[in-house]
Amino acid sequence: MMLTRRRLIAGSMALAAMPAQARRSYAIAPVPVADGIWMIHGADAPIEPANGGAIANIAIIATPAGTVLCDCGPSLAYGQALRKVAEGLTGQPVVRVYVTHLHPDHGMGIAAFDPRIVAALPGTIEALAREGRGYSDAMYRLLNDWMRGTELVLPGRPIAAGREEFGGRGLRLLALSGHSGADLALLDERSGVLIGGDLVFHDRAPSTPTADLPGWRASLDRLAREPHGGLIPGHGPFDPSGRAAIAQTRDWIDWLDEALTQAVQSGLDMVEAGELPIPARFSTMAAARYELQRSVSHLYPGLEARLLPRIDRPG
Amino acid sequence: MTLALLALAAGAGASTPADPLESPMWEAHAKLLFGNDPVRFDPRVKVDFPQIAENQRSFPVAIDARAIPGVRRIVLMADLNPIPIAVDYRPTDSEAYLATRIKLDQRTPVRGAVQLASGEWLVSGGWIDAAGGGCSTPPVSRVKGDWADHLGEIRGEAWPVAGPVDASRLRLNFRHPMDTGLVDAIPTYHLERLTVSDAAGRELGRMEIWASVAEDPAITLIPHAAAGDMLAVDARDTNGRDYHAALAVARQSPLPR
Repeated sequence: MMLTRRRLIAGSMALAAMPAQARRSYAIAPVPVADGIWMIHGADAPIEPANGGAIANIAIIATPAGTVLCDCGPSLAYGQALRKVAEGLTGQPVVRVYVTHLHPDHGMGIAAFDPRIVAALPGTIEALAREGRGYSDAMYRLLNDWMRGTELVLPGRPIAAGREEFGGRGLRLLALSGHSGADLALLDERSGVLIGGDLVFHDRAPSTPTADLPGWRASLDRLAREPHGGLIPGHGPFDPSGRAAIAQTRDWIDWLDEALTQAVQSGLDMVEAGELPIPARFSTMAAARYELQRSVSHLYPGLEARLLPRIDRPG
Repeated sequence: MTLALLALAAGAGASTPADPLESPMWEAHAKLLFGNDPVRFDPRVKVDFPQIAENQRSFPVAIDARAIPGVRRIVLMADLNPIPIAVDYRPTDSEAYLATRIKLDQRTPVRGAVQLASGEWLVSGGWIDAAGGGCSTPPVSRVKGDWADHLGEIRGEAWPVAGPVDASRLRLNFRHPMDTGLVDAIPTYHLERLTVSDAAGRELGRMEIWASVAEDPAITLIPHAAAGDMLAVDARDTNGRDYHAALAVARQSPLPR
């Protein structure tokens, strides 16, 4: 076989590309949002190979007793890179990792930490023990090499609502639910920054695989009442007002609930419900169509069972 | 050109065109399903589904062939499912429309094939990516253990729709485990046939159903029935259990087509 010049060039390019692919690494860029608090803004996109699953926001808090993290990303490699970046930033070792809820984009990075410093609500730990294997399988299927070496590790430190103090810097722990069965939110007493976990999305459509919409509304009301400054949402940009993201999340889930209820009541099938027009006021929300179609899958069967009348007749 | 000739020589049959989706199972399925009937790919068969298979046990698909006159039969299939055909529907006196939810056992083409009175088949569809196991994991109601408590429950409603002839959207949700026979020690058990009739017992549509339809089958059809008309639904499962439902098309202004 004759090797042409073009084929040789193409071949060498392919060879050069392969190791680069295997050595893909996460770009972790913390942005300061308040005194001693940084936010790492995850990709406002679905979990996909292009982002390695790094879609959730992460908070880094510097305290006199060491570095505190809120959520730790999708994989062992992410957790390791996060730890290095965070400790470089604060000059202090990580002493606490909070996992806000069970979803794998927030918590699979636990694998990089000592479970004894990883804290979560009991409901989150139970849900991870039950569902974690399934989430892990799904993440490996979607992300392949990004997940290499990531084992399912359960948080070793159950926590309740209350307060934890790190060398004088106090964090209030809010035990809520609605996005999942157990959602943790954190309030930094010094700066007033509220870390909402996935109870709050911002310019990125909320996801509902484990949602209970009435519970979610109650939790959003509670967060709105809690005096606070800026807000770090679970997904999407920092909200300096602390109000806009809560209101937007509330608006989306109210719209979703009403739109899907109307869809069932006017005879639409799931395919059609997933193609409903999305109101213009949500045009700033990333992944809106994608999350609407996921939500149809999560919520439609329950609405049908509630809204469609029984029509079966004996013999 | 050489490849096309080779494909012909391999016995694909003169009537089977090359598959635009390049499915490894196309030729085998086409041979079984279409026999010697002529086949062509036609985008007027609209096969619609979400961009993501959020739940591989229940993936919604709609086939809308209302733009094609004279459709006699609509087949919904997923090439790479162990049970490839989900529904074989004859819209006797109904619009050429079918929506339901199916199981996905892996990434697969999902297709709609409609047959005309001439015998010709028109086919369309697309690939969907999916996590494995939609056909080979137990139904939720088997895991919960409550399937028998709800067997036979049917929910539904019918709404008039606008159009040149009187027609109504009929939505039917059955409770049924729809066991595929591919899960340990649970034999095949599924709804296998369904008929929709008018008040006089005249058939408006009928279908054969396979276990690749999702647990708790949800089916949407558009029979020719006006506001206020009575509809009767009769179904049977593979154990010979009969299911009956009756409902009236809502008396309201027609929904858009």
